[in-house]
Amino acid sequence: MREDPVSEMSEDDDRSPPSDLGGPASVTVSSNKTRNCTGVCGSGSSSIEFQAPYPDQVLENVLESVLYFLTSRRDRSAASLVCKSWYRAEALTRSELFIGNCYAVSPRRATRRFTRVRSMSIKGKPRFADFNLMPTNWGAYFTPWVAAMAKAYPWLEKVYLKRMSVSDDDLALLSESFPGFKELVLVCCEGFGTSGLAVVASKCRQLRVLDLIESEVMDDDVDWISFFPESQIYLESLTFDCVECHVNFEALEKLVIRSPSLKKLRLNRLVSIGQLYRLMIRAPQLTHLGTGSFSTLEVNAQGEQEPDYISAFSASKSLVCLSGFRDIWSDYLPAIYPVCANLTNLNFSYANINPDQLKSVICYCGNLQIFWVLDSICDEGLQAVAAKCKELRELRVFPVDPSEDAEGPVSEVGLQAISEGCRNLQSILYFCQRMTNAAVIAMSKNCPDLVVFRLCIMGRLRPDHLTGEPMDEGFGAIVRNCKKLTRLAVSGLLTDRAFGYIGKYGKLVRTLSVAFAGDSDMGLKYVLEGCPKLEKLEIRDSPFGDAALSSGLHHYYNMRFLWMSSCKLSRQGCREIARALPHLVVEVMKTDLEAEVGDYVETLYMYRSLEGPRDDTPQSVEIL
Amino acid sequence: MERSSMKFHGDDLNLEATELRLGLPGSEEPEKQAPQSSRNNKRASPEMAEHCRTTSNKKASLLGAGNCDVQDGAPPTKTQVVGWPPVRSYRKNNMQTKKTEADISGVYVKVSVDGAPYLRKIDLKVYKSYPELLKALEDMFKLTIGSYSEREGYNGSDYAPTYEDKDGDWMLVGDVPWNMFVCSCKRMRIMKGSEARGLSCL
Repeated sequence: MREDPVSEMSEDDDRSPPSDLGGPASVTVSSNKTRNCTGVCGSGSSSIEFQAPYPDQVLENVLESVLYFLTSRRDRSAASLVCKSWYRAEALTRSELFIGNCYAVSPRRATRRFTRVRSMSIKGKPRFADFNLMPTNWGAYFTPWVAAMAKAYPWLEKVYLKRMSVSDDDLALLSESFPGFKELVLVCCEGFGTSGLAVVASKCRQLRVLDLIESEVMDDDVDWISFFPESQIYLESLTFDCVECHVNFEALEKLVIRSPSLKKLRLNRLVSIGQLYRLMIRAPQLTHLGTGSFSTLEVNAQGEQEPDYISAFSASKSLVCLSGFRDIWSDYLPAIYPVCANLTNLNFSYANINPDQLKSVICYCGNLQIFWVLDSICDEGLQAVAAKCKELRELRVFPVDPSEDAEGPVSEVGLQAISEGCRNLQSILYFCQRMTNAAVIAMSKNCPDLVVFRLCIMGRLRPDHLTGEPMDEGFGAIVRNCKKLTRLAVSGLLTDRAFGYIGKYGKLVRTLSVAFAGDSDMGLKYVLEGCPKLEKLEIRDSPFGDAALSSGLHHYYNMRFLWMSSCKLSRQGCREIARALPHLVVEVMKTDLEAEVGDYVETLYMYRSLEGPRDDTPQSVEIL
Repeated sequence: MERSSMKFHGDDLNLEATELRLGLPGSEEPEKQAPQSSRNNKRASPEMAEHCRTTSNKKASLLGAGNCDVQDGAPPTKTQVVGWPPVRSYRKNNMQTKKTEADISGVYVKVSVDGAPYLRKIDLKVYKSYPELLKALEDMFKLTIGSYSEREGYNGSDYAPTYEDKDGDWMLVGDVPWNMFVCSCKRMRIMKGSEARGLSCL
């Protein structure tokens, strides 16, 4: 699996210094001083003009040179608050701009403050949009952003979007506006099709990275791969595993052949293993490979021999990350044995393999750090992982059958085994049908480095299946023992006590997901009053009402958003919040367009914003 | 619909009587979400998608709200709830697609022949019976298999078609009824010579 872009983009990510800014010096006027600044230290092309050497001006130039090296967003934010000249200097030297909520600030405001941005990251819809809990035309349009960026940032090189609505026209504008454009990464986006991709391919002459991750791409019958010109020889990363239409294989093969810098290639499930082979032998330098279907799609032609897949993998000596296996034909699994020892990242989350098949692979994977898999491997498979993968940092176990009444091949047994074998675990997402407090408590003690703990017991309101108790103690132990925990998702039968624990011990928790949990307003109150670092709170189907909502008034400006759906909120209660906090946008979503729903609020989504109510809401959304 | 009258007390709200759904009355269909189109993702009108989603979402929230506070330990109704479990539609579609594809696009099994350097992949769904299949194999591999008899297998022939079933056992092709064979066959191996005769005698 690709190094999760989310974690790459997380708030506590301290990136390495951006590459040399280069480009022309930009002239900024501030108060009555004029100066040329490049903000580049030691680039050799800086031309700092002193009209008269104001001490302030010298200091500012020095400051800019120093701030250039500051990469952490939080540090930059802190620096900008020191005084006005620091604010200005920071603004001039910020080359990577991260917008966590596209509606928290307008494109105009952002581009006015930060004038030298090379890289833009924008996040749109909240995560619950992934689960069909929001109207499809809710918003998060890239259009106004790309329009502003086109004017303000001619030297833009990189765009990263998550959960945004992107149109083909947006992609066209992007391709035309930024001659030095290098990287486009679209995660969980929609609204565009292969015609948009074609424009990007043909017009972004400097493109290095085109990554489409879990995005919906419409099939416009356009052969977009063929639009990469012959001169496109710089490609380093191409990810299109989510594109559900055939690509022109011959064009793809030629592209791979002329891309010696290609390191990351993730194919979609319409690429057969035979085609994969042809690409692999052309690109033995790959470090990240998405294998496509990993099966044959048609009957072999007469007399055609099956290629030696093992030799192709053996030749790929740099592979560290493997994914794909969309329609895996398990006979082919041994082909990957040669690369297993070097793998740090393996994504089997689309591969319906049984425990024995998994064991045959995992026994070679001693260096694995990130592992995504389906629960088809059962507890037995997880035990094998625990025995072998001592370096495991991140584990995600997805359900083959994502329904409440399913069999449930993994349980507390697997979780316990993982906790005992993988002591360095930092992040876990675990779907199961049954769980015990004991196993969760064990994990809290065995894996003290846990930063992310997301447990999804798929049956709603399920207690500890051995004791019949609520899951309070398990989650309580997690927040108590895992001192570095910043992200938590709870499930199963939970009383207010669980939330009491979270409020009492979860002092670093930034993201909390709650579903079908709690008894009363106290639950939410504990959290809002107890968790000072809370930034993202998403709640569904829990009995929290207006009183609980108002207990968070002191904190909402410190949060990115609060989501509450199918709870016990009333319009009156939400309106009071809106009145009390003018810089909060309080959106109420109606599910039934016709009927008058009275005072009950089905879905509340509120977030801080410098701009006030947005003007692109669909009919189903009302801003209080 | 008065939502304010919704209480979280595990009342028997008989939500199914009042639920909105997209199916005909009487059809016991699970919750339909907004049309997910992974294989047919040609552009659809946004209004259509919106309508479908809002209708289904309302139903789900009725259910969701009603089932929220079941204190007496009674299990919640087993109808599907929108967005639960929280698996992305993209992932759900991918798993479902596989199932439907298996039904529609056939059962592919690999066929190897002792002594031949290559494998072939065939779609068992193309054939309706054993004789059809055997004839096709004969044509494909240029050999004679002959016909199957219950007592003597493929005696009289140098080759015997065998297959591996779901349990990992190697069986003679023809031992089980055709439909069962199509469902349980994982791969085939056309055995040669004495080995074949040995198996045929089982």
